Amino acid sequence: MRRAILTLLSTVAGLVLLLNFKTSATTAVAPAVGASGTSSASAAPSSSSSTSSSGSSSSTSGSSGSGSGTKTLTGSSVDTRWGPVQVRITVTNGKITAANAIDYPNSNGHDQEINSTAIPTLNSEAVSAGNAQIDQVSGATYTSEGYIASLQSALDQAS
Amino acid sequence: MAATTADPRTVHVEHCMGTVFSIDIRDAGNWSDAVADVVGWLHHVDAVFSTYRPDSLISRLGREELPLADVGSEVREVLDACEQLALATGGTFTATPNGQLDPSGYVKGWAIDRAARLLVDAGVQNGAINGGGDMQLLGGAAPDRPWRVGIADPSDPQQVLVVVEGRDLAVATSGTAERGGHITDPSTGGAASALRSATVTGPRLAEVDAYATAAFVLGDRALDWIGTLDGYEAMTVAADGTIARTTGFPTAAPPPPVRRSIRITPGRT
Repeated sequence: MRRAILTLLSTVAGLVLLLNFKTSATTAVAPAVGASGTSSASAAPSSSSSTSSSGSSSSTSGSSGSGSGTKTLTGSSVDTRWGPVQVRITVTNGKITAANAIDYPNSNGHDQEINSTAIPTLNSEAVSAGNAQIDQVSGATYTSEGYIASLQSALDQAS
Repeated sequence: MAATTADPRTVHVEHCMGTVFSIDIRDAGNWSDAVADVVGWLHHVDAVFSTYRPDSLISRLGREELPLADVGSEVREVLDACEQLALATGGTFTATPNGQLDPSGYVKGWAIDRAARLLVDAGVQNGAINGGGDMQLLGGAAPDRPWRVGIADPSDPQQVLVVVEGRDLAVATSGTAERGGHITDPSTGGAASALRSATVTGPRLAEVDAYATAAFVLGDRALDWIGTLDGYEAMTVAADGTIARTTGFPTAAPPPPVRRSIRITPGRT
């Protein structure tokens, strides 16, 4: 669970970073554990667009009923100068299976343009980092700009 | 969450040399002086070795405005190391990739390697310096836990392809994912392209980073070559996505989960 919360912190901080807010991960979030098991519709891995193994996802849900296996964690809303940001993640057997921005600045075209790239990036990062349980990322050298959307950036924010 | 329940961690992110350096210390304590030393060192290296700065020592040396005798010991150390690496790699690694003096392929790894020694000198036992995806790891991610390093999928850098596990290790990946075909094959003058990426592990990043560059250029001969080097291991991702590894490559067990698609549902609820 602690790792899940760390990743939630990472998730929120990653979003905050991606949206170019200046704040601190530790002060920005007071995670609140919400209801369990009820949001499986949005939490289930998509089967329609999947190109590979659904075996790993079925194995994670194998032992869970609607109880302890799946939890939804909702970060508290963070006020930024652009507007409120709030993130919800779904954890199945200790692994993040979905991350959703449930509240984010969306008031103008520029916000929407940023959100259209930043939020999917955030989601895939949170899921990827949560599942692999990694500390660092090695890959082809990223630029300063590329770093902001990188998995490494999410890991750096997880402290 | 209370900070007291977390493992100790000091993270500093620094933009330098056109990329980003992550300094990540996993020992308890106040490391602000050590971090400042590393940051100062990295910017110093950039000022001396940047080929993008016309006034850098290396640019002036390249234009033959400076005799070699006038440059400092750092520049000589780097150029000597590049010569050694050119010999060790049969010319695959070179400090004159486009006919111009440009040791950039060595400098970043060397700078991180030296920066990690600054951390050690300051008393750090567990920490990492990651510059744009190439890193020197000290100790473990915690005293009792090795580092776990995700190797990014070159065709989708948000995804982790393989996880490497180890302590006191350097990891470097050379590829085209972020900057396009920027690695020149000295034997053809064209862009090296047989692989999507090559990852090398070994004790020190100065050599590991250069070997990763050479391995990328060597393509399907990379693993055979790395296999002859004591203490170094490699993994390559071919153009068709095939992963190959030397037998000792420190892949974490069990293998990471296969990629899967996650439904993305941003929106107000």
